[in-house]
Amino acid sequence: MTTPVKNPETQVKRPDESLFKRLTRQQLFIPVAALILLVLFNLIADPSFFAISVKENSLGNPVLSGNIISVLDNASELVILAIGMTLVTASSGGQDISVGATMAIAGSVILRMVCGNEVSANTMHMPLILAVLIGILVSMVFGAFNGTLVAYFKIQPMVATLIMFTAGRSIAAWINNNQLPIMNDITFKYAGTFLPGIPIPTPVFITALVILIFWLVLKFTTLGLYTQSVGINANSSRLNGLDPKLIKLLTYVILGVCVAIAGFIRVSRSGSINYSRIAENIEMDAILAVALGGNALSGGKFNIYGSILGAYVIQFLTTTLYKYDVPSTALPAYKAVVVILLVVLSAPVVREKLASMKKAPAKAAKEVS
Amino acid sequence: MKKIFALALAAAMSLSLAACGGNNNTPAASSTPAAGSTPAASTPAAPSAGELITVGVINNDPNESGYRTANDAAMRATFTEENGYKTTFYNNNDAAQQIATAQQMVQDEVDFLLLSPASTTGWDTVLKDAQAAGTQVILFDRMLEADESMYVAAVVSDMPAEGKTAVDWLAAQGLDEYNIIHIQGHMGSDAQLGRTGALDEKVAAEANWNYVTQQTADWDEATARTITQSVIDSGKPFNVIYAENNGMARGAAAALDAAGITHGKDGDVIVMGFDSDKWAFEEVLAGRWNYMGLCNPLQAETVDSIIKDLAAGKEPAQKIIYTPEQGFDCNTLTQADVDTYGT
Amino acid sequence: MQEGAVLEMRGICKYFPGVRALQDVDFTLREGEIHALMGENGAGKSTLIKVLTGVYPKDGGEVRIRGVEGAAVIRSPQDAQNAGISTVYQEITLCPNLSVAENMYIGRTKGAVTNWRQMNQGAGRILSSLGIPASPTQQLGTCSIAVQQMVAIARAVDMECKVLILDEPTSSLDEQEVVKLFGLMRDLKAKGVGIIFVTHFLEQVYEVCDRITVLRDGQLVGEYVIEDLPRVQLVSKMLGKELDDMADIKGESGGAAISQDGAPVLEATELCSNAGIKPFDFSIRKGEVNGFTGLLGSGRSECVRAIFGADHVTGGAVKMDGREVRIKKPLDAMKQGIGYLPEDRKGDGIVGDLSVRENIILAYQVMKGFFRPISRAQAEAFADNYIELLEIKTASADTPIKSLSGGNQQKCILARWLLTDPKYLILDEPTRGIDIGTKIEIQKLVLKLAEKGKSITFISSEIDEMLRTCSRLIVMRDRKAVGELTGEDLTQSKIMATIAGGDEQ
Repeated sequence: MTTPVKNPETQVKRPDESLFKRLTRQQLFIPVAALILLVLFNLIADPSFFAISVKENSLGNPVLSGNIISVLDNASELVILAIGMTLVTASSGGQDISVGATMAIAGSVILRMVCGNEVSANTMHMPLILAVLIGILVSMVFGAFNGTLVAYFKIQPMVATLIMFTAGRSIAAWINNNQLPIMNDITFKYAGTFLPGIPIPTPVFITALVILIFWLVLKFTTLGLYTQSVGINANSSRLNGLDPKLIKLLTYVILGVCVAIAGFIRVSRSGSINYSRIAENIEMDAILAVALGGNALSGGKFNIYGSILGAYVIQFLTTTLYKYDVPSTALPAYKAVVVILLVVLSAPVVREKLASMKKAPAKAAKEVS
Repeated sequence: MKKIFALALAAAMSLSLAACGGNNNTPAASSTPAAGSTPAASTPAAPSAGELITVGVINNDPNESGYRTANDAAMRATFTEENGYKTTFYNNNDAAQQIATAQQMVQDEVDFLLLSPASTTGWDTVLKDAQAAGTQVILFDRMLEADESMYVAAVVSDMPAEGKTAVDWLAAQGLDEYNIIHIQGHMGSDAQLGRTGALDEKVAAEANWNYVTQQTADWDEATARTITQSVIDSGKPFNVIYAENNGMARGAAAALDAAGITHGKDGDVIVMGFDSDKWAFEEVLAGRWNYMGLCNPLQAETVDSIIKDLAAGKEPAQKIIYTPEQGFDCNTLTQADVDTYGT
Repeated sequence: MQEGAVLEMRGICKYFPGVRALQDVDFTLREGEIHALMGENGAGKSTLIKVLTGVYPKDGGEVRIRGVEGAAVIRSPQDAQNAGISTVYQEITLCPNLSVAENMYIGRTKGAVTNWRQMNQGAGRILSSLGIPASPTQQLGTCSIAVQQMVAIARAVDMECKVLILDEPTSSLDEQEVVKLFGLMRDLKAKGVGIIFVTHFLEQVYEVCDRITVLRDGQLVGEYVIEDLPRVQLVSKMLGKELDDMADIKGESGGAAISQDGAPVLEATELCSNAGIKPFDFSIRKGEVNGFTGLLGSGRSECVRAIFGADHVTGGAVKMDGREVRIKKPLDAMKQGIGYLPEDRKGDGIVGDLSVRENIILAYQVMKGFFRPISRAQAEAFADNYIELLEIKTASADTPIKSLSGGNQQKCILARWLLTDPKYLILDEPTRGIDIGTKIEIQKLVLKLAEKGKSITFISSEIDEMLRTCSRLIVMRDRKAVGELTGEDLTQSKIMATIAGGDEQ
């Protein structure tokens, strides 16, 4: 992974560098450790948690069913949001707290497009793909609005996105004249449920596709380097020919696309929308996923796969808690515990302490052997 | 920094105002003030000064649920200028904001203050001030904790009765064993307390009534689906879904569909919902659900007639008026019912 | 403890992951002396200071301070302060959004209540006694870097310390300010304060110091009384080698051999920017090294920033190879083949958390464009090539650049621009705050690049350096170009006279 050391004499390897310490320094340590912990817990408590069975759904299609499938399925919106949130965090050193509200807007637009003006429509008034594209476009505009406030008016991201956080759900309701439209066409729900003959939930595929696209984008463009560079030192970046404002704006627009896709999945799960409840508090989970992925919320370097893993960990935790009948009102408390652990564990002070604590036993072990 | 923050807030407010202003159902005469701002026109002191009766309406967020949308729309359609009212509407789910706005309305000396409180407590000062200022308070849809003398009338849904009707209906189905997935609404709300109470009692009393799970989905469809899915994944047997509103019932039904579990008229699982959504009536009519407890959101007409009576010097016959409610069974529901009660 | 010593450090050790920063270092500071701590970058000067002030915990050794029984326990800067050790760091460590007075008293007010009036008055008294041009209520961030530095010193001085540490305090001060600072240091010395003075300026060491301790590669070379150690020997001890290199470069008389004929590579007329400089003319030929000189704040950096488009250009015209070009932003300049190493390495140069490799390829990557990323293999090849070529000391190309020493960071920035293969390279204070060895390397590199036909503008606060490298100097005063010196006029005294400019009119 690393290039060979150039100046061997300046490279004194510390003799007591333990495996544990090297592991803890890896960025993905936290989400992977959390995931392993959850898996172990479920394996011990009830291995049937991992059982997957084939059932036939109400349309007569064979579908896979089980907790693991549920995790993969239900985490979809969060994973997609976490990807966009990671970029925004990296470039602007802040988070977009309006993603839940703008998901409501995107969902509302898409429903409005396919339902026409009908409150309960049985056929789509517009090709689905066109409706989704319009939804994405609208969502990009709102992303650009947030991005402009952050990049060009230099408003703190949390404050700037507070505007859409406050107004977004009202705008979503206004788009549909305060009606709650329902789309009864089964093909509309394919994206949120199952495609005929395919036993895996469609959101899993959509998420995989989004991850693939971002992998390609990060590989075949310089988005990653530019975003990090701007997030770490905007002055230096400008003097190296970058336009930090434009890049910040770009990340917010990209987040807008992610929001629209997540919103589309969410409305197509049921074919309807509830403006004030849809994706409520999802912004907090998205931010948590970014942090859980080992990314600094103050921006700069990022690892998008860490955030993706973080999102799955959050959903894994939620599903586990549901399985053990923990009241869903108590879920935030459990998440709070995770946040506390996370914040404390990632604090440099604690990391140093952990490392030095592990040193002593390692030495003792050597002596014994 | 402060300046920017203020700017952002102002922008946010104007945006939300613009959003509300676009509402087609809003009559021209009504306005939606932000907290603290006062339309100058609502200052006249007594109804005798003009033809119109001034009314302040404090309600919850219309986007909260289909029930609330219908409720809010009916209020807005009733208290119009053509109907003889000069009305100020305020919608918020935050009780503190509601109280602040109500206080403002009392200071502006509205003739009637119509309240659907987001919380049952904290209203004492407002009610006292209203009494002192000669503003008459009428509660609609939701109750609050206060002496009956503090308001002239209350037009509300009888939530415990709704719960009881539903539980009685369920008991009448005569199942050998009741394994129930209970999906609750927002904890502590009037509707949740009433609808949960009746079921809790029955489950505690009967040996063959069991909860498979009892979780709140906070009125959210997606959460209800997740909860149901989780039970399906765990393989625990169940045969009843008791969801405290229609949206959550739909979420639960979606999870059943995905797992190929039949429900409704001839299905394995009984699905129950509440409120008055037209689409939910259609689910019941089509036999996909078994039961819907009607919670009538349309109190506007009753409130309107009480006000008209009071203006004519007639006290309402009862202090607390319950809106007519009933449960609908998939075997007996008719298209006529759907047209009458669906919103 | 030794007779007369206020501070003794014995056998100090400090490790960082993969680096032995200090090994068995001894250091003694006596009452009423100014003691220079010398060494190349990475020798361990800053680390020793940070161990002493409790910023880093030490991995071995002990510290004794007069008035403290036994080995002193210093776990935090607060402990150090309580033990009478005050520090002024090279990088300003104050809070720019607080007022000058608040910065001077921060962390020192007793109790919960602050007496603002008293604090402001006290601060005002100290500032005026030191002749620092700042008002106590002024926000620190609005002061120039030099003044901020002086406020930091004023803060330390006011704490009535036994040991005052000055870590590169003069690197952003101009001559008069340095003179003022030295006066202050002598006053404190007379009062019995022990001063540890860390600097790269040899002249300054010989001007004020009594003793010198030299470190190299984390180890103690020795402690010397200043009279016993001629400059040449000091340098050779710091570098750990004989002084041929120094002699070499001194022997050359700049780039005088370069012809003044031929068309200019870049020609600017009446150029001015929103940074407050007066319109100036400038040109440079192929293979020429020229420079801007002048006092701090005279506008030398603003001139080159205008050429590079780093500031907003408000007027004038620029020609590259005789063709008129519009440079509105840095990217425009880069596309014309201009490179710019900025004055503020930390704020404008490095991208701290990114690796050495990413820092090196950054400018080239930006020029290639968004959709044409440099492959990992190619980037590694570029980075390894320059790490070897410029002898950048780094654990690997993946190391974050911020963990490198200043000189090595600067070499990375140089590598970044060399990779873009510029026609014209602007180096604004490339040698500030870095060790002599690297300074000489950079000077040699500049001359070598010029030989290969690159045009270079070199800016330095050290006139010596400018004389060694430049064949033409543009002298700035009060944000205005006041003179241009070439050939025989390129002498220290002539430059000083032009900068001072007293009897011109």
